[in-house]
Amino acid sequence: MSQQLQVNGIGKSVNASTIAEILQEEGVDDNAPFLAVALNGSVIPRRDWDAVQLSSGDSVEIVKPVSGG
Amino acid sequence: MSNGLTIADKTFASRLFIGSSGYPNQQVMLDAIAASGAEVVTVAIRRINIQGGGENVIELLSDRYHLLPNTAGCYTARDAVLTAQLAREAIGTDWIKLEVIGDEETLFPDVEHLLTAADELVKDGFIVLPYCNDDPITCRKLADIGCAAVMPLGAPIGSGMGLRNPYNIEIIRDQVSIPVIVDAGIGTASDAAIALELGCDGILLNTAIAKALDPVKMATAMGRGVEAGRLAFEAGRIPRKLYAEASSPQAGIVRA
Repeated sequence: MSQQLQVNGIGKSVNASTIAEILQEEGVDDNAPFLAVALNGSVIPRRDWDAVQLSSGDSVEIVKPVSGG
Repeated sequence: MSNGLTIADKTFASRLFIGSSGYPNQQVMLDAIAASGAEVVTVAIRRINIQGGGENVIELLSDRYHLLPNTAGCYTARDAVLTAQLAREAIGTDWIKLEVIGDEETLFPDVEHLLTAADELVKDGFIVLPYCNDDPITCRKLADIGCAAVMPLGAPIGSGMGLRNPYNIEIIRDQVSIPVIVDAGIGTASDAAIALELGCDGILLNTAIAKALDPVKMATAMGRGVEAGRLAFEAGRIPRKLYAEASSPQAGIVRA
């Protein structure tokens, strides 16, 4: 069943029900180093990516380090 | 060689911290960082590009340097705290260069949000290095909160104006017991040297190297400027005097 999420600020309809599944659905390798994810303003540790369930209206941030000053 | 710089539980031989942004290309960045002698390199945290692509520079830097993530671009304490927590998860470091910006044009810090974010992050176990105004009171409050260093700006970020208020920087150095790192505003090697001569413990810069005509050469100059300034500080400069004092002997001067 699809649900409405905000993924990195963009509203979309997804089939994913966990963090791991949303990463997969977005084409992000969840084994890649230096990734971090927040759900509704709280960081979700990598070990919980399979377990944490997503609900319609959730906001997911998927980030990584880039060049910066 | 000058004495090392200790922040929290780490000691660095170089007192120059360097940013990784805005270089002509990745190789120039790597060469410039190496030439600067810096051991600490700053990075930002950004939403991934879901369409793919993007840089993988972090893999290269993380093997060789102590990565210092920043909260650049954050305008509220809430965003800065979340960004710091994401950085800790992504990089596996408790260190954070805390930036909470108050104005888009000047990029001056929002002191109210900065203090709130610093307090939350210190309580959450972070080693907090806040970018702040050259205001001794703010710096004292940040030190009291438990920040590991204060990083007053020399001038606006990317402006290259040097130390606009060296007297405030001197007062800050005098009034806090934690390291003082001048962050932002450095334009050239002498600016860095002046900050270190005043007793500052280090410099954090990016644009002055990345946007120089020859970034690798400027990185070398900055590394030496920092080292020269620190050595001069440790050596102890002579007092300033209004009138001359002859350096050659006054006895036995030839008189025609």
